[in-house]
Amino acid sequence: MNKILLVARREFLTRVQKKTFLLTTILLPLIIFGFYAMMIYFSVNAGEDIKIAVADEAGYFNGKIENQDEIKFSFLKNETPYSLKTKLESGQYDGYVYVPASAKDNGDTIQLVSAKSITIITRGQIEGILNKSLEEKRLLSLNIRPSQLDSIQHSKVVKFTTMEGAEDSEVKAGVSYGVGYISGFLIYIILFIYGTMVMRGVMEEKVSRIAEVIVSSVKPFQLMLGKIFGIGAVGLVQFIIWVVLVFGLQLLLPLLFPGLMGHMPQQPISPGAMGAAQSAQASGAMAGIMQGLSEINFPLIIGCFIFYFLGGYLLYSSLFAAVGSAVNEDPQDAQSLMLPITMPIIFAIVIMTKAVNEPASGLAVFGSLFPLTSPIVMMARIAHGVPYPVPYWQLITSMLLLIAGFLGTAWVAAKIYRTGILLYGKKVTWKEMWKWAFRKS
Amino acid sequence: MALLELQHLKKYYATQKAVDDISFKLEPGSIFGLLGPNGAGKTTLLRMITGIFFPDEGEIIFDGAKFNPINDIIKIGYMPEERGLYKKMKIGEQAMYLAQLKGLSKSEALEKIKFWFKRLEMETWWNKKVEDLSKGMSQKLQFVITVLHEPKLIILDEPFSGLDPLNANLIKDEIYGLAQRGSTIIFSTHRMEQVEEICDHIVLVNLGKKVLDGSLQQIKQEFKENKFNIQLGGVAGVSVSDAFDILDTKANKLVVKIKEGHSSNDVLKHFIQQGINIEAFNEILPSLNDIFIRIVEGTNAKSRSFMQVEN
Repeated sequence: MNKILLVARREFLTRVQKKTFLLTTILLPLIIFGFYAMMIYFSVNAGEDIKIAVADEAGYFNGKIENQDEIKFSFLKNETPYSLKTKLESGQYDGYVYVPASAKDNGDTIQLVSAKSITIITRGQIEGILNKSLEEKRLLSLNIRPSQLDSIQHSKVVKFTTMEGAEDSEVKAGVSYGVGYISGFLIYIILFIYGTMVMRGVMEEKVSRIAEVIVSSVKPFQLMLGKIFGIGAVGLVQFIIWVVLVFGLQLLLPLLFPGLMGHMPQQPISPGAMGAAQSAQASGAMAGIMQGLSEINFPLIIGCFIFYFLGGYLLYSSLFAAVGSAVNEDPQDAQSLMLPITMPIIFAIVIMTKAVNEPASGLAVFGSLFPLTSPIVMMARIAHGVPYPVPYWQLITSMLLLIAGFLGTAWVAAKIYRTGILLYGKKVTWKEMWKWAFRKS
Repeated sequence: MALLELQHLKKYYATQKAVDDISFKLEPGSIFGLLGPNGAGKTTLLRMITGIFFPDEGEIIFDGAKFNPINDIIKIGYMPEERGLYKKMKIGEQAMYLAQLKGLSKSEALEKIKFWFKRLEMETWWNKKVEDLSKGMSQKLQFVITVLHEPKLIILDEPFSGLDPLNANLIKDEIYGLAQRGSTIIFSTHRMEQVEEICDHIVLVNLGKKVLDGSLQQIKQEFKENKFNIQLGGVAGVSVSDAFDILDTKANKLVVKIKEGHSSNDVLKHFIQQGINIEAFNEILPSLNDIFIRIVEGTNAKSRSFMQVEN
């Protein structure tokens, strides 16, 4: 046990003391932060206003179109298409709409002439604004006020409730979707980053020929576990620093952009909910999301996240260690030997994308219990709630199976590792590794 | 009492019998040569002695009791043939780490490393990295790491490969010193001249089996061919004798082979009777190199062939 700690300590210290560790640990959150800051900056001040001249001879718009964001409309009187064109050329306006007096308000299309090509998003926005103001005008001509229409369109008839009586609001499902997706994906990335780190560590020991020196004083199993624990500790520390930094920096955002919250209530930070930003009832959505977030049991999710992060890491890293021990100098061997390990991880991601939508489906339940996929799939399900749709028995079974899975892979991996690490100059096949793992000793 | 005793040790791999029923004993304080051609099973044997492999069959008795890798590891220092160090780690830290892995406490490790670094003039290396060292330097470091915990049994696999004569002598002196202070040394190599120089006792393995076991003198006696060098005072017309055959003549020096049933005195008598002065007379003992080649070639197996082993 003492020796495992010694090995783990060295693995941890040599990695943490490296300059690259500091760089990736500190720089990465800064880059992410900078990225968000830039994104928000550009969406707040999205370049120049687009000024559109409206010459409405037919009185289509009743002399009023609401400006939205950076699109500004101004009505001009007594203009001809020709005079509008000169104004366009002089740069006074970015585009114009000319509605001749002869136009009828049905069927006739409105033509927007612009100096430069207008982006698709802006086109959509302009189209939406114009349609909306026409719609309002038409409704008014039928004696319907927009507020009346709203009350018709937005009254919610169907409300989803589960058998247990838990309210299953749409917003909450959406937020759960986002949280589940993000945490599942994070675990996927962690498994890969730290798994390959373990693999490269093992390969380094083999290639530099220190393995046999060490194995003469430490059992191979101790060496492998020490390495796994040490790198796992690096991962945990790195992750905690990231989380603290990312959250810390996000608290800084409102300070850097004081007008941000007022300007852009519909711009939540998490990219998962970005789609919601398009909705017109932005402030309502924001409140919904906040409410959805508040309904998510974060202590449970964070606790489970750390458990599945560690469990999944331990399970897969021992497999990665086994592969590393079988590889010789040629890194290409690693690629082909890694495939059988990466397959279940990718498989898990596939199940996960299903599970975030249907957390109670059979495939999701299977995926969240099976130890090779459970770290990723279970996180996606847990975000939807415990005990519904994830009953306690499933959560506990999944955790126990994961622990058993780790013990199993560690046992198998140790046997492969023991043989592989001392075998030089030979390309090892999966068949041979299988033999090493399961022969009696 | 023997420090190490191997009893019918066997280790079979899927395609060959790496070690096939090998037994021998090692006396404390001796320098022991383990010889054999490439692929004879030396490394497998050493790995079993160091607890890296478990034998399929047979027993290892170490220091009076059944070998128990977990407790006995600290009494063994092993310098494998395939050896290396962490390239990016500082030398002092690396030595500390490996010494602690052996089971030394931090203070013990520091004390011993300082002692050895001073002894081999390596004190200035402490904060250097292994990648800054030459091959010979890292070899020296390897040696220090192997012996610094003063193990009872030191196993050196090709310790001189890559060392210049100066450093090789330095290490050789340390090996003698360690043996004098009571360590037993297993020295594995196929450099025969080094074995002749250093070892008291040798075991030769080939194809996983022990083919020779004895002290250097014993073995040479066993393989001698009754050949003698004679230096005569003045060149004489050499007459034929039924006591010996002349194999080679160079001016006044002869190489003779004494025939069965005769002794060296018969040869001397022959020349004395002829009134020829004998200036020198000595027996030619075969070199270890000759013995090695004779035995290994005799088995018709310069390289091993693979075969299926049932187990």
